[in-house]
Amino acid sequence: MYLYPKWLRAWHVLNAVLFLILILTGLSMQYTDKENASYVVGFAIAIKWHNFAAIVLTINYMLFVIGNLITKNGIYYRIGKTNFLSDLITQLKYYAWGMFKGEKHPFPVTEEVKFNPMQKLTYVLAMYVAVPLLIISGIGLLFPEITIKSFFGVSGLILTDILHITMGFFLSIFMIIHIYTCTLGAKPTSLFWGMISGYHRSE
Amino acid sequence: MNFFKFRIIILVAFIFLNTLASARVFKPQDSTTFVSQFEQDNNRCFKCHGQTKYEYTNETLGKQVKALMFSERIVHKDDFYKSNHKSFSCTDCHSEEYVKFPHSGELRMEQKLNCIDCHGGDEKFAQYHFEEIETEYKKSTHFKMEDDGFSCWKCHNPHTYKINVRNSTNLKETIAYDNAICLNCHSDFNRFQLLTDKAEINIIQKHDWLPNQTSHFTNVRCIECHTQINNNIPVSHLIKPKAEAVRHCNECHSKNSILMASLYKFESKEQRRDGFFNGIILNSSYVIGANRNGYLNLLSLVIFLGVIGVIVVHILFRIRKNNKTY
Repeated sequence: MYLYPKWLRAWHVLNAVLFLILILTGLSMQYTDKENASYVVGFAIAIKWHNFAAIVLTINYMLFVIGNLITKNGIYYRIGKTNFLSDLITQLKYYAWGMFKGEKHPFPVTEEVKFNPMQKLTYVLAMYVAVPLLIISGIGLLFPEITIKSFFGVSGLILTDILHITMGFFLSIFMIIHIYTCTLGAKPTSLFWGMISGYHRSE
Repeated sequence: MNFFKFRIIILVAFIFLNTLASARVFKPQDSTTFVSQFEQDNNRCFKCHGQTKYEYTNETLGKQVKALMFSERIVHKDDFYKSNHKSFSCTDCHSEEYVKFPHSGELRMEQKLNCIDCHGGDEKFAQYHFEEIETEYKKSTHFKMEDDGFSCWKCHNPHTYKINVRNSTNLKETIAYDNAICLNCHSDFNRFQLLTDKAEINIIQKHDWLPNQTSHFTNVRCIECHTQINNNIPVSHLIKPKAEAVRHCNECHSKNSILMASLYKFESKEQRRDGFFNGIILNSSYVIGANRNGYLNLLSLVIFLGVIGVIVVHILFRIRKNNKTY
């Protein structure tokens, strides 16, 4: 079943590469030390690459939002009001033990419902909460002159930074879980191939 | 929530942040009015030297003459009475002969005092280690120009200089004040060429390599990178040759930031104890790599290891299930 149009696949692969660059360079900036001047990559290089990748990511994110507004892909991210919590628990139970007992997937992928409840929740939190906060706080750090100078006596920049690194951290954790759950398809590699070819292979 | 509402919220949040950012609160200027015990004596000097023009009676011609005061000889009264030397009488440092007008031409040749002449060997100033400052200055690249006229006064104008960093509550103002001392010569070629035959230096171009240049210029002092740190004296006076200036980002952007021994030296004594490394920097600034929170670092490590642990256990269960299936 054809689920991933070309624009979405192109956005996804670019987003993945940018995420990796941003994580590596972000770690380099945060944990660099005089004794360990080249932690992952050097600080000066990390700054340049982080800024560049962040600007491209922001543009790419805007394309993602526009794509979701003008194509039917946006529908997949809409969380229904009824039974969402119970559906989420059902999905979690499946991942926790149902799949080891040979149970059928409670929410098989269809053209109408691409994401299971857990995917839907995490994708919405990641793409519509964490990424916008990451981008806004990133803009605040890139242009410190527009950031609040002080908030209750604490530097506005440090609060912006804490928000930025916290969102960056949670998105890094999301990426690890995302990559792992992508091995839970019909075969460990089938979901990865699906994102390359555009076709989803059902279990 | 639909996308329209979501976009509205993001837009409102952005406008709110910008509005807050633009609502800066500036500290009013220092309006201290110091009353000197030598006010009347000093006023005789300020009458002419306190303004750009002066007036005197030319007895030979028998008429009043107006003339422009040479800019190097102007001392603004307000600046003087805010300076470190505000309690002085002009004739404490200058010859008593200056009270006569017209001044004798020979007075121009008088030997000017240096900082160490008054501050050296005095118990009252022992805590500031003027002798060590003098030793550092003599090793500095500025000292090499002393024969060409360099002296303490080139940076520390005795009529206007005021101690800043250790008394300041506004670090930004201190940084601007201290950097202006350097820029006084380094961005004014007329003054610069009085001391050296070197070509004019374009500070902006020379620092092209520095990312976010404006932010650096307004948040750190020139001396942070251009002096050798000395913990025994309040402010380092050993100006290093340009080849030895700090160029590695990690010198400041790290847990052991050199800024803690320079710019934040005085405030760091009252460092906050809330888990932040270099916590004092947080009060006024933000330095990537230097501001880290030990608790957040630990928490993130625990979450990361927890996630990896869950994934490993999940993989083991999948392997076990597959082994049973086949």
